[in-house]
Amino acid sequence: MAERSFKKEVEQLRMGAGGTFRGEGILAVTKALLENGVGYVGGYQGSPISHLMDVFSDAQDLLGEYGVHFENSASEATAAAMLAASVNYPIRGAVAFKSTVGTNVASDALANLASGGVTGGALVILGEDYGEGSSIMQERSHAFAMKSQMWLLDPRPNLTSIVAAVGHGFRLSEASNTPVMMQMRVKSCHVHGHFTAADNQRPQMTVSEALENPKRDLGRIVLPPAVFVHEAEKVEKRWPNAVRYVLENNVNEFFGNDASKIGLIVQGGTYNGVIRALNRLGLADIYGDTDIHILCLNAVYPLCDGQILDFCDGKDAVLVVEEGQPNFIEQAIGHRLYQAGRKTVLMGKGPLPMAGEYTGQKLVDGIAAFLRDHAPNMLLPAKSKANEPEQTEIPNLAEVLPGRPPGFCTGCPERPIFAATKLVQQELGEHHIASDIGCHLFSIMPPFDIGSTTMGYGLGPASASALQNRDKDGKRSISFVGDGGFWHNGLTSSIGNASFNKHDGVIVIVDNHYAAATGGQDVLSSRAKNKSRKTNNPISDAVRGMGVKWVRQIDRTYDVTKMRDTLKEALTSKEEGPKVIVASSECMLNRQRREKPLLAKATKDGKRTVKPRFGVDEDICTGDHACMRLSGCPSLSVKDTGDPLRDDPVAHIDQTCVGCGNCGEVADAAVLCPSFWQAEVVSNPTPAETRRASRAARIMGWLQARRDAKRLTFA
Amino acid sequence: MNMQAPVIARRSPGPQGERIITLAALAVGGQGGGVLTNWIIDVAEANGYHAQATSVAGVAQRTGATVYYVEMCRDTGRTPVFALSPSEGDVDIMIASELMEAGRAVMRGFVTPGRTTLIASTHRIAAVSEKIAPGDGRADGAKVLEAMGIAADHVVAFDMETLATKAGSVISASLFGALAGSGALPFPRDSYEDIIRKSGKGVEASLRAFGLAFDVAKGDAEAPKVEAVKPPARTLTVPDALRADWAALEARLAALPESARDMAGLGLKKVADYQDLAYGRQYLDMVERAAARDPALAEPAAKYAANALCYDDILRVADLKTRAARLSRVRAEARVKEGQVLHVTEYFHPRFEEFTTTLPARLGAWLQRSKRAEAFYARHLDKGRRIRTDSIGGFGLLWIVGALRPWRRSLLRHRSEMAHVNAWFDAALAQPDPALAAEVLANRRLIKGYSDTHARGLSKFDRVMSALPMLQGRPDAADWMRRLRTAALADEKGTALDGALKTVASFA
Repeated sequence: MAERSFKKEVEQLRMGAGGTFRGEGILAVTKALLENGVGYVGGYQGSPISHLMDVFSDAQDLLGEYGVHFENSASEATAAAMLAASVNYPIRGAVAFKSTVGTNVASDALANLASGGVTGGALVILGEDYGEGSSIMQERSHAFAMKSQMWLLDPRPNLTSIVAAVGHGFRLSEASNTPVMMQMRVKSCHVHGHFTAADNQRPQMTVSEALENPKRDLGRIVLPPAVFVHEAEKVEKRWPNAVRYVLENNVNEFFGNDASKIGLIVQGGTYNGVIRALNRLGLADIYGDTDIHILCLNAVYPLCDGQILDFCDGKDAVLVVEEGQPNFIEQAIGHRLYQAGRKTVLMGKGPLPMAGEYTGQKLVDGIAAFLRDHAPNMLLPAKSKANEPEQTEIPNLAEVLPGRPPGFCTGCPERPIFAATKLVQQELGEHHIASDIGCHLFSIMPPFDIGSTTMGYGLGPASASALQNRDKDGKRSISFVGDGGFWHNGLTSSIGNASFNKHDGVIVIVDNHYAAATGGQDVLSSRAKNKSRKTNNPISDAVRGMGVKWVRQIDRTYDVTKMRDTLKEALTSKEEGPKVIVASSECMLNRQRREKPLLAKATKDGKRTVKPRFGVDEDICTGDHACMRLSGCPSLSVKDTGDPLRDDPVAHIDQTCVGCGNCGEVADAAVLCPSFWQAEVVSNPTPAETRRASRAARIMGWLQARRDAKRLTFA
Repeated sequence: MNMQAPVIARRSPGPQGERIITLAALAVGGQGGGVLTNWIIDVAEANGYHAQATSVAGVAQRTGATVYYVEMCRDTGRTPVFALSPSEGDVDIMIASELMEAGRAVMRGFVTPGRTTLIASTHRIAAVSEKIAPGDGRADGAKVLEAMGIAADHVVAFDMETLATKAGSVISASLFGALAGSGALPFPRDSYEDIIRKSGKGVEASLRAFGLAFDVAKGDAEAPKVEAVKPPARTLTVPDALRADWAALEARLAALPESARDMAGLGLKKVADYQDLAYGRQYLDMVERAAARDPALAEPAAKYAANALCYDDILRVADLKTRAARLSRVRAEARVKEGQVLHVTEYFHPRFEEFTTTLPARLGAWLQRSKRAEAFYARHLDKGRRIRTDSIGGFGLLWIVGALRPWRRSLLRHRSEMAHVNAWFDAALAQPDPALAAEVLANRRLIKGYSDTHARGLSKFDRVMSALPMLQGRPDAADWMRRLRTAALADEKGTALDGALKTVASFA
C-alpha cells in the first residue's frame, strides 16, 4: 500500500480525445503512454518518479483492460532488462526510475539493449533528481545516453510538451532501432497543469501474443561477432535515422526572431526558466515572445549538426544553457563550429555557473552577463549595470536559523534502532558504521550522528566488506540496510557476499514492511496482503538461505533494551561469519494511515478500543533533554515552564504523539529520568473495568487525602 | 547582506496588463503544504486565472523544510510561460508556516523590500538541533521578526497554529485565511470559502479557522496575544495544625530585600512542599545569610537554594506521581472523556546507586562498598520497572515510597546532597566580588537529571567551578563564569566547555 493513493486521479486516464486532462506531470506521462499504445510498463520507485509507479500501480485494472502488462520491477536493472521484450517484438515498452542512481543500476541492461537495438519503441522515463530537493549525488543522465548511444529527450516543462515527448520517444526509438530516454526534472514531475487528451490505443501486439509467437534473431544478441556489427550500425544507420526523425518531426523548437544576432541554445527542461529570466530583463513577454532567437532542444542527444550550424549562421554570439556538468552539449557544439570554421562566439559555462541547478537568479545573472559582453545595447541601462547596490540591508539570519534536515517521522520504528546503537556505542566505544539508502539514512543527522558512508542502495553491508578485523576479539563493523535495499540488491551483494567471505561484521536489516522512503510501496517481505503481488516472504528466511547462521529477528524495534542487548551480543559473539539482525516494525506513517480509520470506526461502533500516548511530568523533568538526544521525535519537544525558579525548558509531548513507546523504552534502557508516563485511554471499557477503575480511584483518593491532611502542599 | 548584489530584474506584464503573480510557501513536512497549494490553485482557476503549482517532494517531506511554488496569471487566451521554482527577489507572496521558516525565506532572498507580502505564522516548531542542547538551545525569534519587518513589503504575521487549533482545524486553513485577508491576491473572500466547501473534509472547522485568520490579516480583529507562559496553577494548602508555624515563616519573607521576596516566596513553598516546614526554615536561613552578605545575592540565592534543597530522589518522584493534582493533569493532557478509562504506566529504572542512597546513611554506605551486593543487584534487580499508577498495587507501591519522606534526612542521599549544597553555598558567599558570587550561585543550574545525566551535571559543575581560582580577582570574573556555564549547557559532552576552559587557562 503506497503512501499516496491515485485511485481517484487514474479515472482520468480513461479520458478520450478532446478532453482536458488536469494533474501532475507524472500522471500526464501515464496517460501519454496509454495514448501511444504501450504494451508493457515497469520501473522502480524513487523520488521524483515514485508517484509514477504509484499511478501505474493504482491503474492496474485499467492497464489490464488494454492488455498492458505492468510490474513493480525488483530494481532498475530488472526494469531495464524488461525492455528486452521490444528487441524482437514490435511492442512498445516503457520503464521509469530515478536517475542517475537508477540508471547506474540499470546500465548493464541498458548497454546490452542499446547494442542489439530494438524493434518496438523502448522508452526509459528518468526522474532526473538534480538540484534543490535532490537526495543523491549530483550527476547527469546525459553521460549514459552518450556512452551507450541511447537518445535523450528533455522536453519543455509543461504537460503538453511532456505528453508530446512520450509519443516522439516511441516513434524515434522505432525509427532508429534505439532505446530512448526521457528525462523529467524534479519539478516537472510534480508540476500541476493540463493538456488536451487523445484516445487511448491498444498495443499493436500484446506480450501474450508475443509469447504465442516467439521470435529470435541471432544478429540482435550481444555476443561477438554481432557486437562489432552493432557498433557500426549505431553510427552508420541508427544515428542518421534518429537525426532525420528529430528534424522531420520538429522535435526541437525555435522561438523568437531568427534575424537576431544573438542566440540561445537551451535544454528543453530549462526553457521556462530562461523565458522568465528574459522577461525579468525586459527581453521577453510573459508568453515567451522575444526578439532573441532561441533553439530549444527537446532532444538533447543526438544533436543535429545541420540544425545547429544553421541556427548559428549569421549570429555574433550564442549562449548554451546547459544545466549540470560536464557541459557535453556546449563541447559538442563548439567542436562542430570549429570544424565548420565558424566565427560565432560560443558561450555557456562561464557566464553561467559550471555546477549547480540553474535557478531563476542564476539564469538572470548569467544571461545578463552574456548580453553585457555580446549585445550590450539589448539590456535596459538599469539592467546592464552589475553590482547595483541593494537598497535595504537585510539582517543576516544565517547564525540564528536552525537547520531543518529531514528526519524520522513521529513514532518511526527506526528511531529506537538508532537509539539502541547510540547506547551500545556509549558502552562499547565508537564503531565503524556503514549506512545505506532509505529512511534509516536519517541516522547520520542529529541527534544520532550515526554512519560514515553510503555507497548505494542495498550496498550498506557491502560497503563494510573491506573492514574485516584480523583480531577476532577486536571491534567489528556495523552496517545497515533497509528492507527496500535488501530486496533491491542487498540480498546478493551484501548478505551473500558477507556470508561467502565469512565477514564478521554486524548487519542490521531495518525492516519497516515497505520501501518506505520512496512512498511506502510493497516489497517481497511486506506483511500486507496485496492481491496482485506475492508478499509475506520473511527476510530472515532469505538470509538463512544465503548461509548465514547467526540471525536474530526482532519483531518490536521499540524494545530498546532488547535491541541494545542484541546488538551487543552480535558485536561480541564468538560465532564466525556475519551477524544479521532483522529489526522489524511497521512504518508508522503507513500504520497510522491503515489503523486510524479502523480504530475510529470501532470506537464509534461501541467496541472496546485503546489509544496510547505519552506525556511528561514537568515537575519531574529537569530540562536536561537527554531523552531528546535519543529521539528527535517531532512530537517530543521543549516548552517553557513559566516557573521563575527554573531556567531551562522542559520536555513536552504534544497531541501528535502516537504512543509508539520509544520515550518510555529509551528512558528505561538509557536509565534516564522517570518523568515519562504512558497513558492508555480505553474507550467503551467493559463494565468490570469501569468498576475496577472507580474502586481504585476511591482508594487512591482516600490515601491522598490522608497524606495531605498532615502536610503543607503546593501543587 | 544576504546575497551578492544581484542584477535587479523584475517581471514585466503582458499586453493587457495581466501579470504573473508568484507565490511560494515554505512549510515543515507534515503541515499540509500540499493541501494549501491545491486550494490556492483552485481559487485562482475559479477566478479565471491560469495557475501552475510545483513542489519539491521526496525525502524533504519527512519532517524537513519543504517548498511549494505557485504561479498564476489572468487568462486572456494565451498560456503564459510559468517558472517552476521561486527565484530570489522575484516572489510576490511568501507564505511561511512557522517562524524560522519565515526567517529561512528571508535568508534565501525570497522576501524582497517593495515587493513581497510575507504571510507567516509566528509559532515555533523546534528543530532537532534546538531540542538536544542540555540547556536552552532555542533560536532567537526576535531577530527573525525584525528581519521580516525589514525585508518584506507587507507583513502579516501572527500565531496561525493557535488560531487553527482554537477552531478545531489545522494550520493550512488559517494560512489560507491569512492569504485571503491580506488582499495580496485579487480574489473575493467567497471564492476562497467555496474552495474550502468543495474540499469536503472538515469543512466547518476549516471555515472557522479561515475566518478567524482572515479577520486578523485584514485588520478587523486583534491577533491572538502572545502570552508569557504561565506556570501551572498551584494551590497552597496548609493544614490547621501547621498554620502558626507557616505564618512565622512567611513573616520572615518580608524582611528580605524586595528584589528577592517573590522568588523566596516561591522557593519557600517549593521547599516546604518537598519536605516540611523545618526544611523551609533551613532554606530561609540560607537566603537570609546571602542577603546579609550582599542584598543583591538574595534573589539568586532564593532561586538556586530552593532547587538545590529539592534534589531529585526517588521519594520525590514517588510523591509527585501519587498526588491528586498530578492525576488530573494527566487526565487533561490525555484528553480522557466521560465514560473512558485511563491506564497510566510509569517508567522507572532504579540502579544500585539509587537503591543504596535511598537506605539509611550507614547501611547504604556499607552496601555501596560491597561488590557482592552490587553484583547481586545487577543480576537480579537492575531492570526497568513499569508501574501502573492507575492500579492499587502500583499506586500503593509508590505511595509507600513517598511515605518515607519524614525519614529523608537520615538517608545516604541526603547526607551527600547536603555536603555538596553547603560546599557550593559557602564557596559562593566566600567570594569578595558579589557579581562573581551570584554567578557561582547560578552554577547550580548545571546539576540536574537522574543517574548518568546527574553524574554528568555534577562533573560539569566541578569543571566550571575549577576555574574559580583562576578568575578570582579579575574585574571580568563574573562574566567569564557566566560564559563557562553557558558553554557547559551548549552540548552533552562538554566540548564547548573544554574550549572555554582552555581560553580561561590561557589568560589566567
